[in-house]
Amino acid sequence: MTAMREETTTTATTVTRTPTPHGSTDAATAGTPLPAGRRAGGGLLDPAHLVRSLPDAVRKLDPRTLWRNPVLLVVEVGAAFTTVLAVRDPSTFAWAVTVWLWLTVLFAALAEAVAEGRGKAQAATLRAARKDTVATRLTGWTPGAPAGAYRESAVPAPELRRGDIVLVEAGGVIPGDGDVVEGIASVDESAITGESAPVIRESGGDRSAVTGGTRVLSDRIVVRITQQPGESFVDRMIALVEGANRQKTPNEIALNILLAALTIVFLLAVVTLQPLAIFSKDVQAAAPDTPAITDGGVTGVVLVSLLVCLIPTTIGALLSAIGIAGMDRLVQRNVLATSGRAVEAAGDVGTLLLDKTGTITLGNRQAAEFLPVDGVTAEQVAAAAHLSSLADETPEGRSVVALAGDQFGLRHREPGLLPHATFVPFTAQTRMSGVDLTPDTTVDGRSAGPARRIRKGAAAAVTSWVGEHGGHPGEQVGHLVDEISAAGGTPLVVAEHVDGEPARTLGVIHLKDVVKAGMRDRFDELRRMGIRTVMVTGDNPQTARVIADEAGVDDVLAEATPEDKLALIRREQEGGRLVAMTGDGTNDAPALAQADVGVAMNTGTSAAKEAGNMVDLDSNPTKLIEIVEIGKQLLITRGALTTFSIANDIAKYFAIIPAMFAGLYPGLDTLNVMRLASPETAILAAVVFNAIVIVALIPLAIRGVRYRPASASRLLRRNLLVYGLGGVVVPFVGIKLIDLLLHLLPGIV
Amino acid sequence: MTPTTAGVLFVLSLAVALAAVHRPFGDHLFRVVSGRRHSRVERAVYRLVGVDPAAEQSWGGYARSVLAFSAVSVLALYGLLRLQDHLWLSLGFDAVVPHGAWNTAVSFATNTNWQWYAGESTMGHLAQMSGLAVQNFVSAAVGLAVAVALLRGFARSRTGDLGNFWVDLTRITVRVLLPLSVLGALALMIGGTVQNLSTGTEVTTLTGGGQTITGGPVASQEAIKLLGTNGGGFSNVNSAHPFANPTTWTNWLQVYLLLLIPFSLPRVFGRLVGQPRQGHAIVAVMAVLAVTSVALTTVFELSGQGTVPQAVGAALEGKEVRFDVSNSATFAAATTLTSTGAVNSFHDSYTALGGMMTMVNMMLGEVAPGGVGAGLYGLLVLAVITVFVAGLMVGRTPEYVGKKIGTREIQYASLYVLVTPALVLVGAAAAVATGNDSTALNVGPHALSEVLYAFTSASSNNGSAFAGITVNTPWWNTALGLCMLLGRYLPIVFVLALAGALARQRPVPVSEGTLPTHRPLFVGMVVGVTVILVALTFLPALALGPLAEGL
Repeated sequence: MTAMREETTTTATTVTRTPTPHGSTDAATAGTPLPAGRRAGGGLLDPAHLVRSLPDAVRKLDPRTLWRNPVLLVVEVGAAFTTVLAVRDPSTFAWAVTVWLWLTVLFAALAEAVAEGRGKAQAATLRAARKDTVATRLTGWTPGAPAGAYRESAVPAPELRRGDIVLVEAGGVIPGDGDVVEGIASVDESAITGESAPVIRESGGDRSAVTGGTRVLSDRIVVRITQQPGESFVDRMIALVEGANRQKTPNEIALNILLAALTIVFLLAVVTLQPLAIFSKDVQAAAPDTPAITDGGVTGVVLVSLLVCLIPTTIGALLSAIGIAGMDRLVQRNVLATSGRAVEAAGDVGTLLLDKTGTITLGNRQAAEFLPVDGVTAEQVAAAAHLSSLADETPEGRSVVALAGDQFGLRHREPGLLPHATFVPFTAQTRMSGVDLTPDTTVDGRSAGPARRIRKGAAAAVTSWVGEHGGHPGEQVGHLVDEISAAGGTPLVVAEHVDGEPARTLGVIHLKDVVKAGMRDRFDELRRMGIRTVMVTGDNPQTARVIADEAGVDDVLAEATPEDKLALIRREQEGGRLVAMTGDGTNDAPALAQADVGVAMNTGTSAAKEAGNMVDLDSNPTKLIEIVEIGKQLLITRGALTTFSIANDIAKYFAIIPAMFAGLYPGLDTLNVMRLASPETAILAAVVFNAIVIVALIPLAIRGVRYRPASASRLLRRNLLVYGLGGVVVPFVGIKLIDLLLHLLPGIV
Repeated sequence: MTPTTAGVLFVLSLAVALAAVHRPFGDHLFRVVSGRRHSRVERAVYRLVGVDPAAEQSWGGYARSVLAFSAVSVLALYGLLRLQDHLWLSLGFDAVVPHGAWNTAVSFATNTNWQWYAGESTMGHLAQMSGLAVQNFVSAAVGLAVAVALLRGFARSRTGDLGNFWVDLTRITVRVLLPLSVLGALALMIGGTVQNLSTGTEVTTLTGGGQTITGGPVASQEAIKLLGTNGGGFSNVNSAHPFANPTTWTNWLQVYLLLLIPFSLPRVFGRLVGQPRQGHAIVAVMAVLAVTSVALTTVFELSGQGTVPQAVGAALEGKEVRFDVSNSATFAAATTLTSTGAVNSFHDSYTALGGMMTMVNMMLGEVAPGGVGAGLYGLLVLAVITVFVAGLMVGRTPEYVGKKIGTREIQYASLYVLVTPALVLVGAAAAVATGNDSTALNVGPHALSEVLYAFTSASSNNGSAFAGITVNTPWWNTALGLCMLLGRYLPIVFVLALAGALARQRPVPVSEGTLPTHRPLFVGMVVGVTVILVALTFLPALALGPLAEGL
C-alpha cells in the first residue's frame, strides 16, 4: 500500500489546459506532483474510526440485514441459541462462549461499517459542495440570439430538467451537469476533483462539459443541462462512495455461493455429529459427563462453537468490506467507477489501449537538436530559434529556449527584456511564429544587429515564406526535414529575413516526442502481469513505430480513427481479452462503451463520461495502469483472505475435536497437539481466536494486500506462502496463546 | 523378502506399468471419444436404439439420456432379479427379495456394486451374466461418457454441444471395455481363475464330508469388475476367493486393471484441451494422494496395534496369507481410491487406522484416481474449486484451462461437492438415530465405523464394506440404495451442467497473468483443497469411529 501511495504522488500529474499550437490539446505534463487532495488521505485505520463505526455496526446485527450473508446469519442464530442455553443453564464457560459469539457477529458488522464509514465521510464533503443554488434559466434561447430574444427566470437548481438552458456568470455555481453551448470561462472544479487550479471550459469541442456544483470564476457561459433531477454527477458520486445501492459483483456472488456451500457442509457435519455423539456416549456408558458431552450428546454451546469455528467466518465477515474498500481506493485516487463490476474487470484486463500523447509521451514534442544548413553554424540556428521563441509560451517554444540554453549557454530572458521587438504569434493559418527585430533591439545591452525577421514553423509554411521574400530555401532543408520525419520527429524550419537581403533558411529544429520517464519499466511490468499494451496514435505508422519502440509498448495502432479503435477493441475481445482504455472526446464514446474498462477523463465531453464506466477526475490517462492494479489488488485480497480463512480450520479441528471427545475416548487427547489446558479453554480459545482474527484483519481488508506487479506464478507462490501457510500456522500459535491467557483467568477451568 | 520390500516392489511395478501405458492407452481413449467414424457394429446399435450418431446433445439432452438409460438399467435389472426363479440358469435360487433387488439393481447401475448378498448363493448364472455383468460394462461406460462430456466442456467454446451420449456409451463399451475385458479375462484364466457354467461340483472331503465346489463364469466377470471399477464379486469373498484371484501375480493384475483406465484418463483431458501438461498435473494430484494413502495404509497395517497383530508382527486377520499384508493393504487402498470396492482382504478386520484410511480414500471424493470417469470429473470439479479459491490470489477472475470460473461454474461445483458429505453424514446419523446400528459382532467405536463405512461406500459408489454389519434389512437396503442413486446421479447432473456452462464460454488466452495450472504448486494446492475442504469435513465423525478406536 505504501508503495502504491508513493507511486500515486509521483505519477499523478497536474493538467495544464492551455491550448497549444502544435497539435495536441489538453496535454498532461508530468513531473508536477498532485497537491495532496482531500480524498487522498486516510490509508491507515485509527481506533477512533472503529469506535465511531460501532453504532452502525450494531444496526447491522438486524437479522433482516444479515440474511444476505449466510455465514454471519448462521453465527448470529448460533449466538442467539447459546444465549438461551446460557440463560437456562448458566456457567462461566457458557456465558464466555456466548459473549464471544456475539462479538464475532459484531466484529463482522464492524468491518463493513468501517469500510462504509470512510465513504460516508467523503459523501459528507461532497454534499457540502452541492449547495442549493438558484439557476438563471433562459427560455427561448438560441445560439447567437440577442439579449432581448429570450426570457430569464430564476429557478431552483433541483428543478432543472434535461435540455434546460441556464446562464452562469462569474462567481456563480453551475446548477447542474451540462455542456457549455456559448462562451468560455475558467471554472473552479475543486469541489469535485480536489484540484485547486481552475480549468477552462468552452463551447464546442472536447472541453465543453461542466459539472454541477462547480464554480465559474471568470466570464459567463450558457450551459445546456444534460441531467435529470437527482441524477447529477455529484449525486452519483455520493451514492457511490456511500455504497447506497452497492451491487454484488459477479466474482463476489460466486465467492458467496462457495461460502454458502461450505457453511452448509459444516452445518451438516455438526448437526449429524449429535446422533453419533449420543450413540458413542451410550456405548461408553462408564465415561463421566463433561462440559462438552453428556448423555444428551454434545452440549449445545460446544456444538455451536464447533460450527462457528469451522464455517468460513473470517472471509464471510470481511467480504463486503473488501469490496467497498476496493471502490474506496479508486475514489482516493480520484477515479469514480460506476460499478464494482468495472473494478473487477480492471483486474482481468488483458489489453491496455493507451493514447500516445499525454499517456506515453509528454503532452508536447520537445526540441532535441538544432540542425544547420551549410554555411550556418548550429549556434546561429539556436540563437535565431531562441530569439523567436522568447515570447512563445507553448511547451514547444519553451523547450527550444531551454535547449538553446543547455547547448549554447543562451540565457532565458523575459520577453519584455527584448525591447523594440514584435513577436508574431502562431496561428493556424500561418502555421509559424517568430519575431521582428528592429535595429534598436538590444540583447544584453548590445545591438541585436540589423533589422530582421525570424520565423520558425512547419516546413512548407516557412519555405514558402522564404520564397515570398526573395530567398531560395535550398535543397538541403528538404533533406533535413525528411530525415527528421523519417525518425518520427517533427521538423521546425528556422529562417531569417534581413532587410535588404533575400530571406534564407538557417536550419531545422528537431522536435521529438519525449517518452515519459519510467514508461518502459511500467510496460515491462505490465508484460510480466500478462497485459499487452497497444499505443494508439494519429501519427503515421513510421513515426508511431519509433515512439512505440522507444517506449517499449507491445503493439501500435497508427493513423487511428475512432472506427479503428472500436474495431481493435472488438478484435481483442473476440480473442477473449478484456480491454481497458481512456478517452475524452465525443468520438471516443463508442470505443469507451465497448471497452470492458472505459476510463473517461473528467475534462472530456459528457458523451465520453456517459459511455465509460469510470471517470478520472484528474484526467490523467496514465492512471489506467493504477486502476488495473487496484482491480488486481481487490481480487487478490479476496483470494488471500479466503485461503487464510479455510486454512485456519485445520488448527481449529485440532483444538476442538479432542476437547469434545477426549473425555469419552481418552486416546483422542493425542490430537490435542497444542496441549491446550482444558476442554473449556480449548473451545473458548478457538472461538476467541476466530473473533479476534476478524478485527485483526479489518485493516488488511480495507487496505488490500500488498501488491507488486509480477507474473501470476510469482504472485501465487508469495501469497500462498503468506496466506495459505500463514493461515495454517497462525491459528495454532494464536489459539495456544489465548489458551495460556484463559488458563490464568479464574472461573474457566 | 520383507513385507515392506514386497509392498514397495508391488507399488513401484504398478506405477511403472501404469506409466508405460498412460500415453498410448490415453491416446487410444482420446481417439475413441473424438473420432468421427462408426464401425458396423456401432451403426447397428444406433439403428437399433434409433439415434442419429451425428446429432450433438446439449448438457440437458446429455443428462436426460444418461438418466433415461440408467432408469431403464435399474428397472430391467430389478425385473431380472425378481423373476430369476422363472428364468434359465437360476441354479434353483429364489427370486431376490424386493428391497434386495432394488438395492442390487441400483447398486450395479450406479457402478457401486455394493453387495448385501453372497453371490454364489443368491444369483444364478443368468442374473450374473446378463444382469450384473452387463451393468458392469455400461455403468462404467456411463461414468466415462459423463467425464468426456465435461472434458468437451473445457475443450469446446461458444457451443451448447457436448457430444452424443449414445455414441459415447457405445464406443466406450465396444472399443475399450469389451476388448480389454477379453484380454483381462484371458490373462486371469491363465493365472487360474475359473470360467465355466458349472452348477457346482460335489466332492467328498478328506474327513468324508460333502462339499460343493462352486464354479461359474468368474474370469469374464472379474475382468470387467476391475476394469470398470465395479467391484461386485462373483462370490461373497470377492477377490479373496482363490477361484477369482488365485495367485500373487493375478492379484497384481487385478490392481493394475482397476487403476488402468482412471490413471489414463487425464491424458484424454490433456489431449482434448490441447495441453497435455494439464493432464500431467491431474495425474500428479492423483498420484500424490494415491501413493500417500497406500503408504499410510500399509504402514498402519504393518505396525498394527492390538495384542494379536503385535504378537504375530502384523495385522493378518482378514487377509489372505498368499497376499500377505502389503499386497492386501495396497489392494485395499486401490479399491477405495477408485470406486471399485472389490476386496482381497477384509477391511473390517484392518487396524483402526488402516481401516480409517480406506474410508478416508472414499471421503476424499474418490478422486485419486477414482472410478472410471467419475474420478476424473470429481477431481476436475475440485480443481475448479481450487482455481477459484487460490486463483484469485493472482489478481484475476479465476480461470482453468482457458475457461473462467464464474458464478455459474462455482454454483455447479459447489453443489457437486455438497452431495457426498450430505448423504454420508445424514445417512450415518439417521442410522444410529433410528437404531439401525445393530451389529452382532461389534460394539463401541468400531460399530460406528461400520455404519459410517457403509454410507461412505454407498454414497461414493464404491461398494466395498466393513462387513461386520448386517445390512440385509429393508431399512439398510432402501437407505443405501437411495444413497447410491443420489450419490451417482446428482453429481452427474451437476457435472454436465458445469460442462454446459464451460462450453458456452469463449476461451481466455493464456498470458503471464494466467494462473499456471500445470506446475507442482498447483498440484499441491489441489491436494490441499481436497484434504482440507473435502476429507476434513468428516473429521468429527471419524473422531468417534476409527480415531477413537485407534488412538
